[in-house]
Amino acid sequence: MNEGISAAMRGRRFASMLAKEARQIVRDPSTFLIAFLLPVILLFLMGYGVNLDAAHTRIGLSLQDDSAAARSLAGAYQRSRYFDVRATGSLAELEHRLVGGDIRAIVVIPQDFGRQVARGGGTIQIVTDGALPNTASFAAAYAEGERATWAASQARDSGRALRPPIQVSARFWFNPELASRNFLVPGAIAVVMTMIGSLLTALVVAREWERGTMEALMATPIGMGEFLLSKVIPYFLLGLVSMTLCALLAVTVFAVPFRGSVFALFAISSVYLVPALGQGLLISAALKNQFVASQVALLTAFLPTMLLSGFVFEISSMPRVIQALTYIVPARYLIPQLQTVFIAGDDWRLFLPNMGVLLAFGVVLFALCVHATKRRIA
Amino acid sequence: MIGPRLRAIIVKELLAVLRDPRARLILVAPPLIQFFLFSFASTMEVNNIRVGVLDLDGGRWSREVVERLAGSPSVREIVPLRSDTELRQAIDRQKVIVALRFDPGFSANVSARRAAVIGAVYDGRRSNAAQIVSGYVERIVGETGATALARAPPALPGAVVNHWFNPNLNHIWFVMPALIAVIGAVSALAVVAQSVARERELGTFDQLMVSPLRTHEILLGKMVPPVLVGLLNATLFLVLTPLVFAVPLTGSVPLFYLALLFYLLSLTGIGMLISTISATQQQAFLGMFAIIVPMIILSGYAGPIDNMPGWLQVVTWFNPPAWFLVVSEGTFLKAMPADQVLANTWPIVLIAIATTAAASALFRSRME
Repeated sequence: MNEGISAAMRGRRFASMLAKEARQIVRDPSTFLIAFLLPVILLFLMGYGVNLDAAHTRIGLSLQDDSAAARSLAGAYQRSRYFDVRATGSLAELEHRLVGGDIRAIVVIPQDFGRQVARGGGTIQIVTDGALPNTASFAAAYAEGERATWAASQARDSGRALRPPIQVSARFWFNPELASRNFLVPGAIAVVMTMIGSLLTALVVAREWERGTMEALMATPIGMGEFLLSKVIPYFLLGLVSMTLCALLAVTVFAVPFRGSVFALFAISSVYLVPALGQGLLISAALKNQFVASQVALLTAFLPTMLLSGFVFEISSMPRVIQALTYIVPARYLIPQLQTVFIAGDDWRLFLPNMGVLLAFGVVLFALCVHATKRRIA
Repeated sequence: MIGPRLRAIIVKELLAVLRDPRARLILVAPPLIQFFLFSFASTMEVNNIRVGVLDLDGGRWSREVVERLAGSPSVREIVPLRSDTELRQAIDRQKVIVALRFDPGFSANVSARRAAVIGAVYDGRRSNAAQIVSGYVERIVGETGATALARAPPALPGAVVNHWFNPNLNHIWFVMPALIAVIGAVSALAVVAQSVARERELGTFDQLMVSPLRTHEILLGKMVPPVLVGLLNATLFLVLTPLVFAVPLTGSVPLFYLALLFYLLSLTGIGMLISTISATQQQAFLGMFAIIVPMIILSGYAGPIDNMPGWLQVVTWFNPPAWFLVVSEGTFLKAMPADQVLANTWPIVLIAIATTAAASALFRSRME
């Protein structure tokens, strides 16, 4: 009989703890900022702002020859959909604008170009702004491609067509239009869940430690498990709500395909939130200071999710030491799952092993958390 | 020039920042860790590529293509595939980023000068890497094809490419100068955003208000530590970047510091605004975070500003890191002349004046 009463009481106690935490979340405008406003901003910036695909590059054109061939090639650049010919004129003037960042490349059609073409040659010069290597390599490749297309059409007109002996027919699965937003936006969802799981939790709980309300809670008869759960569940739900918001925006506003199932998306996200929350709690329990906890959360949760998860940068291209480091970044196991569930569809043989690793991380982090909290009390 | 009261408040603010040993560590350690982590992790090159090969031909030319691929320094491993099912699985599970399929009779077609086509399937989930890899594949196949022709193709007009300021397009040469702008922003904002909110949370703000200090003295005192922390971190990077990563430092260092000073002042103004609005440290930190993420994304570091839609490019005009990034890249790589450094500095000055004025107006109204 006693046990029955205590179970009922425990249930009530737990419910009131949850209600307290939930109220704390709802009351603070900064929680709203981080859980709803920032995800939306982030998604919009990722969707519109970060475009790694080749676009309309501003170039300068230095036309030093007056032949028909030179003018025809210059026209090809002016009509190109990859370039915006911003300036023409002397090379010295264009060079100054390249230093200022006004234009990103200069195409030089040299004197004598017409005569060289007539003799079966004709070399142009392409100067790029190497300070932006990504743009520079795209600009060089497309400027060269524009010239090659022009040369091929000239050759066709004069009946000297040339077909390469081996051709590659390339197909890009899952993302035939090669839109970088299709992988950036699911990645942004991983960042958002990390922010809520680790960053927000670390701050909120560190604050309780800092102000001493944690000790007050600890003095009540609630158990460690109950206590940790009451801290975790509200942020877990907040994380899922924020993820749902992001996913809806991704699909409706950014037209990112969603080929998997809603169940899989929620399963993947829920599993990821376990280590994320564990990390947030551990940071706060171990450091107890808001400023330090916030900086450590930034350094150990947010930055690795941005840099070491394969979200923006290819893991396989990193040096071996850094690659080894990525194995302890939970988001590394989330990104392929998110990209797959959005772009490719459900593939449980890819999901389950990754989920297993994430849950194992979660168990370890929560065990450390219990340990750190106990030590604090002692 | 500096009165005793002002000196006292500056010392007090410095002590507030530097007193806690863990906080001291947090001011310098993370920037250093980021210095090494960012530099090595943020590579846009694609190396260690795994290529799947389904060779139904097994003839001379398919083996020639595969051998050339295997010999490429960017390729780490050739994964032999036995069937179309295996090919699909290898791509689905991200075992390989590209799978090549040679039809039976491929070599015969090459030798007979009939159309010989290699089927290439890329993992479009990683679209940026896939595009780069497809460039590698096309080049190697093109080279193999050229040797298959008995005689050299007739000379067509060519192009000579020169990458200025960074001849080998070393990505790290771009990353490190950009990182000074990013780390400077993060470390300065982290310090200043906490300052007012922290005093308010601890209750010491009231003590400040009843002290004989003037408002502008309190404000100045609060702005000095973040600027010093930012200057310290930026100097550390300025010295380490050429030493560790051999990035050339070609421009004028005094002009760089001039721009840096105003850059840090503009950030401090933004941080003071956040701090004054916030009631708690938590709000201040989250507010700072909410502002710094868009600032970095819109700085040109994450993706080129040129590629943003026009209205978003206009937004970047109000973003201090976007201007300072140009100065930093210019000072390191381009030996940027003074007129262009200044052309990118005066917008920062305007932002600094506007944010500091707004912060002090808000601060005054909060004090009364």
